[in-house]
Amino acid sequence: MEMLSGGEMIARALELENVEYIFGYPGGAVLHIYDALYKDCKVPHVLVRHEQAATHAADAYARATGKAGVVLVTSGPGATNAVTGIATAYMDSIPMVVFSGQVQSHLIGEDAFQETDMLGISRPVVKHSFQVRHAEELPLIIKKAFHIATTGRPGPVVIDIPKDMTKPDEKFPFKYPESVDMRSYSPIQRGHAGQIKKAAKLLLSAKRPVIYAGGGVILGGASELLTGLAQELNFPVTNTLMGLGAYPATDRQFLGMLGMHGFYEANMAMHHSDVILAVGARFDDRVTNTVSKFCPGAKIIHIDIDPTSISKTVNADVPIVGPVQTVLVDMLAQVKTLRKKDKSLPDSQALDRWWGQIDEWRDKHGLWTADRFGTDGEQIMPQQVIQSLYRVTKGDAYITSDVGQHQMFAAQYYKFDKPHRWINSGGLGTMGFGLPAAMGVKLAHPDADVACVTGEGSIQMNIQELSTCTQYNTPIKIINLRNNYLGMVKQWQDMQYEGRHAMSTYEDSLPDFVKLAEAYGHVGMQVTKLEDLDAAMEKAFAMKDKLVFLDIFIDPTEHVYPMHVAPNGAMKDMWLNKHERTS
Amino acid sequence: MRRIISILMENEPGALSRVVGLFSQRGYNIDTLNVAATEDPTLSRLTVTTVGDDRVIEQITKQLNKLVDVVKLVDLSEGTHVERDLMLVKVRAEGSVRDEIRRITEIFRGQIVDVGPQVFTIQLTGAAEKLDAFLASMEEGSILEVVRSGVVGISRGEKVLRL
Repeated sequence: MEMLSGGEMIARALELENVEYIFGYPGGAVLHIYDALYKDCKVPHVLVRHEQAATHAADAYARATGKAGVVLVTSGPGATNAVTGIATAYMDSIPMVVFSGQVQSHLIGEDAFQETDMLGISRPVVKHSFQVRHAEELPLIIKKAFHIATTGRPGPVVIDIPKDMTKPDEKFPFKYPESVDMRSYSPIQRGHAGQIKKAAKLLLSAKRPVIYAGGGVILGGASELLTGLAQELNFPVTNTLMGLGAYPATDRQFLGMLGMHGFYEANMAMHHSDVILAVGARFDDRVTNTVSKFCPGAKIIHIDIDPTSISKTVNADVPIVGPVQTVLVDMLAQVKTLRKKDKSLPDSQALDRWWGQIDEWRDKHGLWTADRFGTDGEQIMPQQVIQSLYRVTKGDAYITSDVGQHQMFAAQYYKFDKPHRWINSGGLGTMGFGLPAAMGVKLAHPDADVACVTGEGSIQMNIQELSTCTQYNTPIKIINLRNNYLGMVKQWQDMQYEGRHAMSTYEDSLPDFVKLAEAYGHVGMQVTKLEDLDAAMEKAFAMKDKLVFLDIFIDPTEHVYPMHVAPNGAMKDMWLNKHERTS
Repeated sequence: MRRIISILMENEPGALSRVVGLFSQRGYNIDTLNVAATEDPTLSRLTVTTVGDDRVIEQITKQLNKLVDVVKLVDLSEGTHVERDLMLVKVRAEGSVRDEIRRITEIFRGQIVDVGPQVFTIQLTGAAEKLDAFLASMEEGSILEVVRSGVVGISRGEKVLRL
C-alpha cells in the first residue's frame, strides 16, 4: 500500500474528491500541507489576500456549481478570519470543507503562538467539525467531511489539523474510503408517502394557492421539478431571496420575490392565500413580518429536508421532511393520479378568479409592469442600473452581490430564469461577500459573464481581492452603485430615526475607484449621467478579458420599495414609496 | 413544563460542548445535566432536564437530533419512567440536633456516609422533589454544602434507549 504523510494524504484526498480549486492562505501551521500541495497535487490553489475572501470565494464556487467549496487556512488569525465566511455559508446551507491549521498537539491549550480554539470558535456556525488526533485518520475524516457537507441540508465542515499530523517524515498507509457509513448521520431519502398524499389533496382543493420556494429548491436540484408541478397546477410561484432562479422569473406564473422588500403582488398573494406550499424555505423573519399576523387564512404545507426548519416559526399543517427532489417527484405523481380520478381538480374557476386578482395587484404596484421609481431623466436611479445590466447580459449572467440597497435592487430587477445564477449572502447578510464571490464564480465558469453588484460600503470590506483577480485573471465586472452613503442604513435612519444619519456617510474620504482599479491592473470607468449608462455597461462587458470596475453615481436619496411595515405589520402591510403605504 | 431528555451520543471529544453550546446558542434552559460513558465505551449517555412549552421542546429535540454526534434520544417525560438524583449534603450536627438529623435522614431513606464531631455528610437518592424536600426540612443555616448529580432517568418496562 502507498505510504503518505499527513500533508500528502490531504493533497491526494482533494484530488480524489475531484476538487477543482482550493482557496487559501498559507501560514506556519499549514506549511507541511502547502509543501505537499506544491510537490504533488493536481488541484490548483488560489491565493487570496485575506482568509475571509477564501471562504466567500469557495462558498460562491459551491453556490454556482453545487459542489463543495474547499478552503485551507492556517491556525489562529487565519482560522478566525475564516469564521465570518463559514458563518455565511452556514446560514445559507452551502457545502464547504474548511481545513484549518492548528498548533502542534503537545502545544494545544498552552496559548502557543497563533493558537486559537477553532473547534470552539466555529462550533455554532458549522454543520460539523473534526480535530485530527491521529494522522492515519485523515482519509476517513476528509471523506466524512465531504459527505456531511454535501448531503442532507448542506453546510460547512471544519477539519482542524495540528501541525504534527502533517509531518513529512511520518508516513502512513493510504487508502481513501469509497463510501462512508455513520450510525449517527443518515439524511432522509424520501418524504412520508401519507403526508405527500395529504398535501396533494390539499393542493387540489386550493382556491387561492401560492407556492413559496426557497434556496432549498436550488440546493436540492429541484428547480425543474418545482416548475413542472407549478405548471401542472397553474399555481402562482414566489421565490425567497435565496430561491431566486428556482422558478423562471420571466414566466407568467412568477410573482417575484416575497418578504421585507418583496413584490407587492407576492406579499399580497401570500397574505390572502388559502393554501401555501412552502418548498425548501424556512419562514425567515425577513419573509414573514410579524409571525402572529402571517397569512391568517392559509393552510401550510412545508417541505424541508431539515426537520428543525419545520414549525420553527410558523406552524405547518402538513409537514413533510425529505429532500425536495424526491418529495416533489412523489407529489407530482400523486397530483396526477388524483386529477385522473377527478378531472375537475383543481377548481379552475376559482383559480381564474385568483389569477384575475393577482393580475390586478401586478398592474397596480408590480415592479415589472411599470417603473415605479421616480426619475428626472438625468440622475441615474439604481433600479435603472440593474435594468441596464439585465439588458446587456441578456439575463444570463451570474450575479453576485454584497449586502444593502444594491442587493435588494439586484434581487428585484434582475430576472433570474435559472438556478445558481444569483449568488448572495441572504441569511447572514455579509458585507464584503460580493467581490470574492464573483472571483469564485468566474473560476467555476470562466466563459460566463460574472458581475458583482455592490456599493461603496461593501466593496471596501474586501477590496484587497482586486489583487487576487489580477493574479488569477478573473475578468469580472464590478457594478458599484455609488450613493456616497451606507444606503440601507441611511434608509432606515430616514424612515425610523427622523433622518439622523449617524455614521452612515464617509464624507469626502472615498477613494477614486477608477484609479484604484487601474492601480491593480484593471479597468476603471465612472458613469455619472443616465445617457451614458447603457454604453458604459456594454463597453464593460465587451472587454471580455478585463476586470472592469464601473463606478456608477446614483441618486443618493432613493429607497428600496416595497418595504414591509414594521413592527407589528403583516405580509400585506407595505410601504410602496416614500409617501404611500398599503392599508 | 419540565422535561427529561436522555441522549445517546458518540463518546468523542467535543461532543458534550456541542450539546451544551446548542442550549446556550438557542436560548434554551438547562436545569440539570449529567453525562457518563455507557456499557459501550463508544457511547456516552447524557441526561438533561429543561423547561419549555411543547413548541420549544420540539425544537430542542429536533436540534439535538440534528447534531452529528447525537445517535439517538428520547424525551423520558413522554412516558412512564424512573428518575433519580443523587445528593450529598454536609450539615452542621452538634449536640441535640444530631439525633434529629439522624431521624429525618431515616425518614428520607438517606444514609450518613461520613461523621465528624460537628458535621454529618448525608447521601440521598430520589426524584428531585424528594431531595428538595429533605433540604427544606433541615434547620435554617445548618446546611454547609450541597452537591447533586443532576437527574438521570430510564423508561419503565421493555422500552430501551440503545442502538
